[in-house]
Amino acid sequence: MKNIRTIIKKEWAEVFKRRVVVLIMLLVPLLFTLIPLVMLGVMSNTSVGGDVSPEMLAQSGSLPGDMEAVCAGLSGNDCMQVMMVIQFLLMFMMMPLLLPITIAAYSIVGEKTTRSLEPLLATPITTLELLVGKCLAAVIPAVGATWASFALFNIGLILVKVSPGVRAYILGPTWLLGILVLGPILAIIAVNFALYVSSRVSDPRMAEQVSGVLIFPFMGVILAQLAGVITINIKFMLLSIVVCALIAVGMFYLGTIIFDRENILTKWK
Amino acid sequence: MPASVLNTLQLHRTVRLGEPMIKTQDLRKIFKIGKKQKETLVAVDGLNLQIAEGEVFGFLGPNGAGKTTTVRMLTSLIRLSSGSAEINGLKVGVDDTEIRRNVGILTESPGLYERLTAEQNLRIFAELYGIPEPEKAINKYLSMLDLWDRRMDAAGTYSKGMRQKLAVARAILHEPKVLFLDEPTTGLDPEAAKTVRDFIDELKHQGRTIFMCTHNLDEAERHCDRVGIFKQRLLALDKPSALREQLFGRKVVFHLANATSEMCAAVQALPEVKTLEKIENKLLLSLDEPEKMNPVITRVLVDEGADILFIGEIKQSLERVYLEMIRSEDSSQTKKINQSVERNRV
Repeated sequence: MKNIRTIIKKEWAEVFKRRVVVLIMLLVPLLFTLIPLVMLGVMSNTSVGGDVSPEMLAQSGSLPGDMEAVCAGLSGNDCMQVMMVIQFLLMFMMMPLLLPITIAAYSIVGEKTTRSLEPLLATPITTLELLVGKCLAAVIPAVGATWASFALFNIGLILVKVSPGVRAYILGPTWLLGILVLGPILAIIAVNFALYVSSRVSDPRMAEQVSGVLIFPFMGVILAQLAGVITINIKFMLLSIVVCALIAVGMFYLGTIIFDRENILTKWK
Repeated sequence: MPASVLNTLQLHRTVRLGEPMIKTQDLRKIFKIGKKQKETLVAVDGLNLQIAEGEVFGFLGPNGAGKTTTVRMLTSLIRLSSGSAEINGLKVGVDDTEIRRNVGILTESPGLYERLTAEQNLRIFAELYGIPEPEKAINKYLSMLDLWDRRMDAAGTYSKGMRQKLAVARAILHEPKVLFLDEPTTGLDPEAAKTVRDFIDELKHQGRTIFMCTHNLDEAERHCDRVGIFKQRLLALDKPSALREQLFGRKVVFHLANATSEMCAAVQALPEVKTLEKIENKLLLSLDEPEKMNPVITRVLVDEGADILFIGEIKQSLERVYLEMIRSEDSSQTKKINQSVERNRV
């Protein structure tokens, strides 16, 4: 544990001295929090769908998939807000994917470019400690930033006077599972993917860009949700957690193979 | 170089300073290369070494000879393909974590955390090595290596020499029994190189075992008890002076006032004189034991009427020994390749 702590401390001391990393870590959560707050604030203070019940919206074909069930008990306006907020909550879940890539790309490829990995690997630290340390150093700030911005978002909902029904939906088990459980798992997947990419490229920016392809499957989920192909409910969230946890374990295993000392020293160019 | 000389050199005489601290037996490293990893590259081929406790060993060889690969194997950074190696009785490939705790390594490139200060750089390693009083060790080595005044500056702002000194401090911070130094003074200005060299001397006096890869033959000669000339395999292993003697014999020069052909003939008639070369008024002789033969030769020359102005021994540089060895190895490799091509043709 002590060695893992040392690695995390070292990573943070180094990575957070890079302005670009700090900027991304601050700006992305801030944007992801402010934009939905502004939009919800505007919607809460207008009467979009106010006189229409969710049933009527469903009959008119305005509610995709199982949204009727999700909107049960809500006003038309609240239902519209829920429909919109789902997209932003999905964006919130994208944050743990986006943020650690930036850190991991600099922490791993950066070590390659400065050739500081060899002296580090020559210490008594185990490969697993090093890998876990590097992984946590990237995951903790990303998850922390996501959780903090989610908390800020929920406080903001009260300030912009969003109805209790919408707030209850956001703080319901589906999204709590998504943000608190699925988010960290996604972060682990992202870091391991960045690690894999790092073993193939030698420029942190390239690692960041290539690792960015992880967003595409996520965008697919957003589009599928918009098209009504899938509905984000607790069942979907639990299934996603199981699938992503399996992927994370697989990628972690792959990561330990890639992070073999000999591979790093002799094949990472 | 005659094959007999090379064979003699490969007898690998051991200087017995203490118990072996580093021991290798038939150590081999084969890398799989190529896109499909089907080709192989033999980086180290059957290395047999015994380095005693407290010995400073110079590992000489050209670029790509396999020196860094050997160091990486001995510091448990990469696996052995075959053979065995032990560091202070710990088996490489078995006691790897313990080996890493017992050795210090100065890598080819300093590999510092450039955005962190010298103190932060050392603190990370002090923690990873589990040093009981990190502050004391950090302060000690920062002072010893003249980095104290700049300890709070980012390593990225350091000159090349300062970076190397910081890397040396990092390697020695946990007081390892064995120290591996890969090109410790390469690219340093004379002043920084001197600081590092003096520090190596200090470590030598402390009785640490040092395994030093270097291209700097003067450095090897100055610090090392023994040197090994290496190119995939060990070509020679002995004290620098012994290598010189074995390869070139000992040469003595007699400066005369008036060297004549009769004098040359009289000296050459002595069976102990292996070769004689006359350069103006100087006689250059190859002898096995100059201490024994110099008085005899002096008498012969005086009997022949020579006025002897000066007698001295000519020392061949280690550089010449090294170049001879490497050239000889290269030509034998070329010969082998040509023979193999010839055989394939037949």
